[in-house]
Amino acid sequence: MSNPATEAPTQDVEPVQTHKVTKPKRHVNGKFVIGAVMLSLIILFAILGPMITQFDPRDSDNPVLIPPDATHWLGTTSLGYDMFSQLATGARTSLMVGVVAGLIAVVLSIMFGVVAGYVGGVTDEVLTLIIGVMLVIPGLPLTIVISSLVPGRSGLLVAVILGITGWAGAAVVLRSQAQSLRNRDYVSASRIAGENPFRVIGVEILPNLLPLLTGQFLFGVIFAILGEAGLSYLGLGPTGSISWGTILNEAQAGGALTRGAWWWFVPPGLMVALVGCSLALINFAIDEVINPKLRSAPLEARRLRKAKKERRAEKKAAKVELKKEAAS
Amino acid sequence: MRYVGRRLVIYAVTLWAAISLNFFLPRMLPGDPASILIAKMSRNGDVTEAQLESIRRLFGNPEASLWQQYLDYWEQLFSGDLGTSVSFYPTPVTELIGSALPWSIGLVGVATIISFTIGIGAGMFTGWKRGTWVDHVVPSTTLLQSLPYFWVAMVLIYFFSVQNQWFPIIGGYNVFMFNGPEWSWEFVGSVLYHAILPAITIVISSVGGWLLGMRNMMVSTMGEDYVTTAEAKGLKKRRIMTTYAARNAMLPSIAGFGVALGFVVGGFVVMETVFSYPGIGKLMITAVRANDYALMQGVFLVITLTVLVAMFITDMIYGLIDPRARQNV
Repeated sequence: MSNPATEAPTQDVEPVQTHKVTKPKRHVNGKFVIGAVMLSLIILFAILGPMITQFDPRDSDNPVLIPPDATHWLGTTSLGYDMFSQLATGARTSLMVGVVAGLIAVVLSIMFGVVAGYVGGVTDEVLTLIIGVMLVIPGLPLTIVISSLVPGRSGLLVAVILGITGWAGAAVVLRSQAQSLRNRDYVSASRIAGENPFRVIGVEILPNLLPLLTGQFLFGVIFAILGEAGLSYLGLGPTGSISWGTILNEAQAGGALTRGAWWWFVPPGLMVALVGCSLALINFAIDEVINPKLRSAPLEARRLRKAKKERRAEKKAAKVELKKEAAS
Repeated sequence: MRYVGRRLVIYAVTLWAAISLNFFLPRMLPGDPASILIAKMSRNGDVTEAQLESIRRLFGNPEASLWQQYLDYWEQLFSGDLGTSVSFYPTPVTELIGSALPWSIGLVGVATIISFTIGIGAGMFTGWKRGTWVDHVVPSTTLLQSLPYFWVAMVLIYFFSVQNQWFPIIGGYNVFMFNGPEWSWEFVGSVLYHAILPAITIVISSVGGWLLGMRNMMVSTMGEDYVTTAEAKGLKKRRIMTTYAARNAMLPSIAGFGVALGFVVGGFVVMETVFSYPGIGKLMITAVRANDYALMQGVFLVITLTVLVAMFITDMIYGLIDPRARQNV
């Protein structure tokens, strides 16, 4: 019979521990923290930047080409646009293009790479051929050709173009991973149990590829942001919107280089680099999780060196001792 | 032999797909791009008969069937006819490409080799020195990789050509001294002088990738048993590093190098535009800006072809140096 009055005390009794359970040391990866903080700051800048500034990015009533000062934090362009406002608005476009293109690329690489690796046979042959074709056809020239054929381009369309042209490399890696996962016991088990292929891929294979997929998504975002900047610099980016690439395009056309207006062309490129750097740092951390050798090897080397040093110190001490004895 | 045959099939199909893509892309676009284009071009001035011809050739002649156009397209390709350029009328596209190709291959090719050598050397060293302060320097190379390379070019021009006039701002050679390429020491000197900044741009933006890839492979390889064995045998450190670890760690980088050589022609389109370097990239952008579609298609085809050839050669060499690749067909 259960009775709350008698049961209550038992909860106070500490469970007897037969052996000491040590919590696994949680390893906080410094690279991840730095990358994540940088990325959050940039995203915050994109969200809050346009709200903080009092200038419209297309307001040309300001003085022309002035260096950064108290009112115009990053100076103005040759058309009198406020650079801070331009940079913040551009951040939204560039990040949006990057994320959308990265997502498209990851989805396509799963569709081709994972399916090819898992299904095998003729499907694999055909899909691998498609991957091979996309891998060989050079990405940027292809995007240039496509963009030049489409007259009015929205940011979304540019993102789609970049996504469609940039997934093949990831698909190759995913295919070989899926091939090796296919022969694992638990995957065979669920296949033999009669699960349909979509479920096996979705439930058994994809979760195991998650770290890899995250890394490839981040890589896809970097690739797309760089690609968008390049396209926009050539004047083939999203028409009518402001992005980091279009600022660079205007800076080049407006003679920022020859007129010494460093505040016009330096910030957009730095922002692209910072986004890339933060994503790459996060990617580094993920790499070390996937490939334990990258993490353990330096640690081992360090331990070995420490042991050698200690040994040397011991030997030295022993020698000194010997000398002392000899002297006495 | 089976390996070679199989690769050949893949490349043949890729070639066919690339050429067909080049043919179908303009025809697949939604709406009526041909008339939009003609409208756009007539706004900027008169549309010449040559331009109309080029547009018809690109988007399809409404009078002929698609299949017939496709066959004609192949026939022209096989006779080496890529059409006539509109922006440099009446120069044939092949001639324009032929004169731009050496510039790209020379500049980007040499710069890629330099970058690869530096990157592999530094990667070998940082991998060998794993677990020391060097580990903390390695992540900073990602900053180099994340820099938009054309922006690096702009910054270099700003500092070294505008602020301090040490290097020329644009061009592949001094156009005031020479009327065109010629064989003389002065001309070669001028070319080298003009190539320094573009080459530095390429090295800065690509060296990080080589370094990182090599470093990671080196760290993995150093954990292999045969390296431990070599250490246990008491071999010289230098020998272990170069002949045992680096030799094996380099394999993926060599494959990457082959691919990179393929992208020599079309990989630095934007950089060539920043420097107005007379290579393939600039030719492509000129074609895009002038709506010169025959030239654009020709350039794209050449870029794809180079990648294909480079990848094929890499594949063959890789099969020779790494027997595992031959097994894994």
